[in-house]
Parts: sequence; structure tokens; C-alpha cells
Amino acid sequence: MSIVERLEKLDRRLIFVLILLAVVIPLVRPIGFKIEVSEPVQQLYEAIESLNPGSRVIISCDYDPSTMPEIYPMNQALARHCFSRDLKIVGMGLWPQGVPLGQASMEQAAEEYGKSYGVDYVNLGFKAGGIVVVSSVAENIPATYPQDYAGRPVSELPIMDGVRNFDNIELIISLSAGDPGVREWVMIGQGRYGKTVGAGVTAVSAPAFYPYLQAGQLVGMMGGMKGAAEYEILMEGTGTASRGMDAQSVAHGLIIFFILFANFFYLVGRRKMPWKR
Amino acid sequence: MKKQIPLLITFVAGMVMLVQYFIPHRPFSEVYRLFNQWYLVVAVFAMILGIGNLIKIHSVRLRRRGSGWQYSIVLLCSLGVMGVAGLGWGIERGGFFDYLYWNMYYPLSSTMFALLAFFVASASYRAFRARTAEATLLLASAILVMLGRVPLGNYLWDRLPLLGDWIMSYPNMAGQRAIMIGIALGVVSTSLRIILGIERTYLAGR
Amino acid sequence: MDGVGRSLVRYWRSALPLVIVLWSVSGAASGATTPDTVTPEPPSPPSNVAAEDRSNDAGGSVVISWTKSADDGGGKESVVEYLVLRSTSLAGEFQQIGSVRSGVAQFVDQNSIDGTPYFYMVRASDGVSLSLPEVSEAASSSAQWFHTGRTNILVAGALLSFLVLLFIRKAKRGEELYIRPIAGLEAVDEAVGRATEMGKPIMYVPGIMDMDDIQTIASMIILGRVARKAAEYETALLVPTSRSLVMSAAQETVKEAYLDAGRPDAFDADRIRYLTDDQFGYAAGVDGLMLREVPGAIFYMGAFYAESLILAETGHSTGAIQIAGTAMPSQLPFFVTACDYTLIGEELFAASAYLSKEPLLLGSLKGQDWGKAISIAILVGGVILVSFGMSKIVEWLTTR
Repeated sequence: MSIVERLEKLDRRLIFVLILLAVVIPLVRPIGFKIEVSEPVQQLYEAIESLNPGSRVIISCDYDPSTMPEIYPMNQALARHCFSRDLKIVGMGLWPQGVPLGQASMEQAAEEYGKSYGVDYVNLGFKAGGIVVVSSVAENIPATYPQDYAGRPVSELPIMDGVRNFDNIELIISLSAGDPGVREWVMIGQGRYGKTVGAGVTAVSAPAFYPYLQAGQLVGMMGGMKGAAEYEILMEGTGTASRGMDAQSVAHGLIIFFILFANFFYLVGRRKMPWKR
Repeated sequence: MKKQIPLLITFVAGMVMLVQYFIPHRPFSEVYRLFNQWYLVVAVFAMILGIGNLIKIHSVRLRRRGSGWQYSIVLLCSLGVMGVAGLGWGIERGGFFDYLYWNMYYPLSSTMFALLAFFVASASYRAFRARTAEATLLLASAILVMLGRVPLGNYLWDRLPLLGDWIMSYPNMAGQRAIMIGIALGVVSTSLRIILGIERTYLAGR
Repeated sequence: MDGVGRSLVRYWRSALPLVIVLWSVSGAASGATTPDTVTPEPPSPPSNVAAEDRSNDAGGSVVISWTKSADDGGGKESVVEYLVLRSTSLAGEFQQIGSVRSGVAQFVDQNSIDGTPYFYMVRASDGVSLSLPEVSEAASSSAQWFHTGRTNILVAGALLSFLVLLFIRKAKRGEELYIRPIAGLEAVDEAVGRATEMGKPIMYVPGIMDMDDIQTIASMIILGRVARKAAEYETALLVPTSRSLVMSAAQETVKEAYLDAGRPDAFDADRIRYLTDDQFGYAAGVDGLMLREVPGAIFYMGAFYAESLILAETGHSTGAIQIAGTAMPSQLPFFVTACDYTLIGEELFAASAYLSKEPLLLGSLKGQDWGKAISIAILVGGVILVSFGMSKIVEWLTTR
């Protein structure tokens, strides 16, 4: 095999090692690339800014630990933003693993802003059924969730006073890594009940939601770790997402280098052996 | 008869759910709520069924010393420990279940997901070749979007993120919408075939 | 009265005004003033209070709307909430049924009895006093028999159904229907043949969603066809599933396929197994199976998420020929990159018709295609109309 052919068919384990180094080194020695805030993230931020203190926001944690690096920082930033504006958070999850993650983010932010469980935030927990649960919540929240995630009756919690259904909720945000998730909230929440819906999604699924953004069905959206980093910038702080952007930048750069490198040798090879494709 | 009853159930359930979407009046709104509740119950039972099946398969493998029986022990023990921890001591923060969740399940799950980073690199290296004009165009767009979505792009040229966003918001979205419309039509056609009993392979057999 | 008594009376006479002032000030400070007592000026009332039945619902709801008080958001900015009261007659007693925060000009009464006329009163409150009341005309709730906001969907659905049934009828009458070649589906035979030649098994991955997902149902349909081929060629078929119900359905489908092919003895239920519901646990399990069993052909048909590339790359490393089909737009690029053939979106739903060549199924495919042609015509026409400022079509296409 000529050097061209050998380089074209590089052992993928070498690629794996280089990617590992590209991710680890910037985490250990940050570079400090500047992060610009994009419009969808700005719109989501403004949607929360426009709410009156005391408004209720549903944050639905529809993700699991595998997508935590991208979505958990969004969860944290949103919880902090809501509490800084004295908004009340009604947490829940269409994925069972999302519930403890949502709880952790709310507890962290509550400690920072002096908020208490049951008064300023609640975690209703998980219910199986996806879109069925969303329809149920739209009609009657206490009937769908008679108890919170820890088994306390919601009727005893001050935050749920007078909360019957979507009519008592000002904003819905779905932090979603797949299905059920944003689509269900948009279909029922925005499509059927006309509620304002925002989203936080993984980078790979963000392109699929641009049509919803354009059509106005989503008021704003955070896409991937970059979206989370941008929201952290708007909250005038840094978090895990901002710190991860350096590593992501270098990794992207390396993958682009691989592609160009491989194509260079492919084109050289083609010139030398034009019958070979 | 074995085939007729499921087809009849499919037809009735399908038509009822179709009709209730357009008729808000009772009893159709009640039917929808009823079906919703039944589905919630069925979903929970399906979980129980799945767990039962998993235990059965691995117990049999363990008993027969089938290939990989040692891993069956690990699986059954993990299932037992997590189940007992959750049911016995609750799932609240600070509990044993919570400890296992954050220190075992979470790292394992994240690790599998992290494999994607490596596989994307190796797949890109292997497959992204400028074989045709379209492939070259795809390659160029991919590079622009990849750079535009990280701070590195902004560092190289401050207009790069805007270019990347433009590609995502217009050509990409147009393509996504076209695929979504095609899929929606395919779903309607397939659903119609299933409700009317024209398509029966999913029920097993012709 | 003695001297002490006279002193006491003199004391109380001089202290009394002070006591009265102190008492009224403390009363105001403790917020003990009740509505309509003498207080600082009450807020301006809301205006144009209107009540009407909530449309397109199952009854029991009345929507009350009003124009905000002048003191809400402007003027004194003193309004904190609006109280909504209800009575069955103008002269009757109004009971409070709810309240909304300032800035909101609508309330939904969800506890009305259909057919009963109600009068609604709205009063602005600044936390201390209430504005003058404003009362609406009588309104009663009722249930509607048809959701007018979904007329457009009904028309579109009816049109598409009509086209599908029309072409099915044509196919029944023996009309020849042409469909274009789909490379991925034409390669199914080739893939099964190759695995047979190499003496390796076939692996079929039906996605990670449950039987309630239409893609999984489409996958079961294709599995039936692939299983039939595998039975005819006597090639082993492995089907790892992510859901218990999918496992049951797959076992039934494959069993029937082997029966149809006249090889019921070759069917092995243990080769169709449930792994786990967990997404990455399933990916790890399937990867392990691929590396141990080394299949000659791998099919990915159904709904996939982030695990798609993990599966496809591992499959590629085993040297198997890979055919994928999914209606998840976000996963299509990964399959296109890593697999030999990919069925894009609706091609997955066309597969059953394509593989079986049954006239009824082909007919439905034709109807679907005509539906797409009409969609394209509406898109192009709509773009032209909107470009000339005629946006009525956009309103008509919007769902409520």
C-alpha cells in the first residue's frame, strides 16, 4: 500500500487518541475563546425577563444523564434566572431520569437566591405516558400529580395554590434530549392551548427545531452546550458549559482538519490513479 | 377469528381517536381522557412485563451456563440492588438509590454517549470525500457550520457564526421541512392502511 | 365627684382625641380596613367587560375579558390584581370565583353549568380597596359538536384519504402502477444473499421506540419480509429489541414468516431477545452482539436517536453490509455516512409496499405521492400569494 493509500485508511484508534487529547488539554489549560450570544437564546432569555414576579414557569426535564453535559447547564442557568426574577418553578419530567436532575438544579439555585421548596418551587416528578401526560397536565395538574416527587400532597404546597391547569402557567420550557420532549409540549401546549413554549435541546437535534422557531411555535431555544454557554453569559456568570466550549472548539477544529487531510490524500490519489474512485 | 378481532379493535380504536380530534362535545372528550388513562396504565404494565422478561432470559442463561452467563449475574444483581434501594429507602437526594444513580448509572450512561465524539471523528475521516460536486458542497457547508457553532469560528472570522446560522436556518431547514412533510404523508398513509386493515404484517402473517 | 375622679375625667378628656387618632392610624397600618370603608382613593375600574362561551370545547367554560384599568401599567400603577365574581342574576349576590394578576385581562371560568346564564363582575384591587364594579352581559357555556379551528386538517385528511383509497381501488382493478426504484430496498436481497454466502447471520435492529411509534410498526412490516428471505436461504436471523412489546411482536412476525416459507422448524425464539429500555445500555448490548456474532448483513429500521452512529460505526467495523431506514431527520446524516444504503424518511413507510409488490399497498403509495404533489402545489402557490401580500392562505393553513 502506498503512503497515500495508507494515510487515506488511517487506523481509527489513532484518530480516537487525537480526539481524546483535543478534548482533555483545553479542559486542563483553558484557552478563553469569546462566546457570542445567538438570537434564539436571546429570545428565550427575553421571554423569561418579560414575566411578572410570581409568574409560574413549568420546566420539564425530559433528558437523562447521558446528555447532562449539554442540558444540565441549561437547567441550572434557567433555575437561576427564574429565581433571580422571583418566578415560581413547577418542575416535572417526561423522562424518569430527568426528575432528580431537575431537583438538583433547582436546589442549587434555591440556595443561592434564598428560595424554599413548596413555596417558590416544586418538583412534581415523573409520570409515564409522554404526550398523554402533557394533555393531562394541560387539563388538570392536581389530578395528574396528586403528590410531588417525594410523595407530599400537592394540595399542601403553597406554590400550587390556585394552580389548576395551563391557564395558571405563564411559560413552559422543555429541556429535551429526544422523545417525549419538545415536540409534545409544542403540539399540546402551544398548538392546542396557545401557551408560550421554550426549549433547550441537544446540539444534534437543534436543527430539527428551527422550523418551530421560525414559525413562532417556540419562543426561543438553547441548542447544545453552546446554547447553555450563551445563556450563562447572559446570566453574567460562567458554568460548566462555558468552560467546555474551549474543548469543543478544539475538537471541532481537529475533525475539520481530519476531513481536509483525508480529502487531500484522496484527491492526490485520484490524480495518480484516475481509474480508481 | 384470531385475525378478525385484533383488526376490529384496531379499526374501532383508530376511528374513535380520529373522530374525537374534531368533536369536542361529550362523550368524545371523555373518551379521549379515558383512553389517555388506559394508556398510562398499560405503559406501566408494559414496564413490568419488560422487567419480567429480562429476569426470565438471564435466569435461564445463568442456569444453563450459556455464553456470557457471568454478565447475567451482574445484570440480575444490579437490577435487584437498584430496585430494593429505591423501593426500600426512597429516591430522594442523599439516599442510597440517589448515590448509585449519580455514581454508577450517570457515569456509565455518559461514557456511552461520549463514544459519539470518537465515532463522529472516525466516520467523518472515512466517509466525507469530495467524490462529486454535491459531496463537495456538503463538505463545505459542514465545515462552515462546524466552525460557526463554536467560539473558534468567531475567533477566526466574526461573520462565520452568522454564516453557519444562515445555513442552519435556511437551506438546512428547507431540507428538514421537506423530509418532515414526506414523513407526515407517509405516516398518514401507513396509519390509514393499518386502521382499515389493509396492512396486516405487523399482526404477524399476511 | 372627688378630686381624683375629676383628675381622671380631665385626663380622659384630653387624652381622648389622641386615643382616637392613634386607634385609626394603627387600624390603617395593620391593614384592617375592609373594602368600601373610608380609604385613600380606589383604583380606576376595568372597562368593556365581556363574557362569552369558550369555543371548540366540551362545555363548562366561559371566557371573561376586559380592558385593563387605567391604573394598571399607567397612571398610578397601583392595581395588583383583578377579582372576578359571578352571579346568576344581576340583582343576585355575586360570589368571587377567582382572580388574576395585574397586566392580565382575561379569566376563564371553568366551573359553569352549560345552559345557565351567568353575569360576571370584574373589580380592580390595589390590595387595600376595590374599584367600582363592571358587569358583563349574560353568557352561558355550551359544548360544540365540531372544532372549527381544525377544519383545515379535516379537509386535508379527507383529501389524502380519498386519494389513497382511489388508487387502492385502481390497483384492485389490475391497473399497472409504477414506483421508482429505491436502492436501499433493492439491496435487501443482495444483503441477505451476501450474508448467506459468507455463512454469517443477519442482524435486524428495529429501533429503540415502542410499538406505539409508527416507525416501529413499519419496521415490523419490513422484518416480516426480511425474515421470510432469511428462512428461504436458511440464514440465521438475530433481532435484539429495546422494548418488551416489540420483542413479542417481532417473535410473532418472524415465526409467521418462517411458517410462510415452509421452515417452521428453523425458527428460534431465543434469537429475538429483549435487551434493555435504556438507550445507551441497548447500544452497548447491540454493539457487543455485533462484535461477538459478526453478522454479514445488518438492518437498522425504525426510530433511532443518538445511538445511531454508535451502532452504525461498530457495524461498519465488522465488515457487514448495512442498510438503514429511519424517519428521524436528525439521525439520517449519521446513517448516510456510515451505512451502505439508507432509506430516507417516507421510503421507510414505502418499504412494505415495495418489497411485497402487493397491488393494494402500491395503490396507497401512489395516493401518498399525489398527496405530496398537492402539498408542493400549495407551497408554491402559497409563496407566490404571500409575496403579493395575500396572506389569507397562511391563516387558513394555521391550526388552532
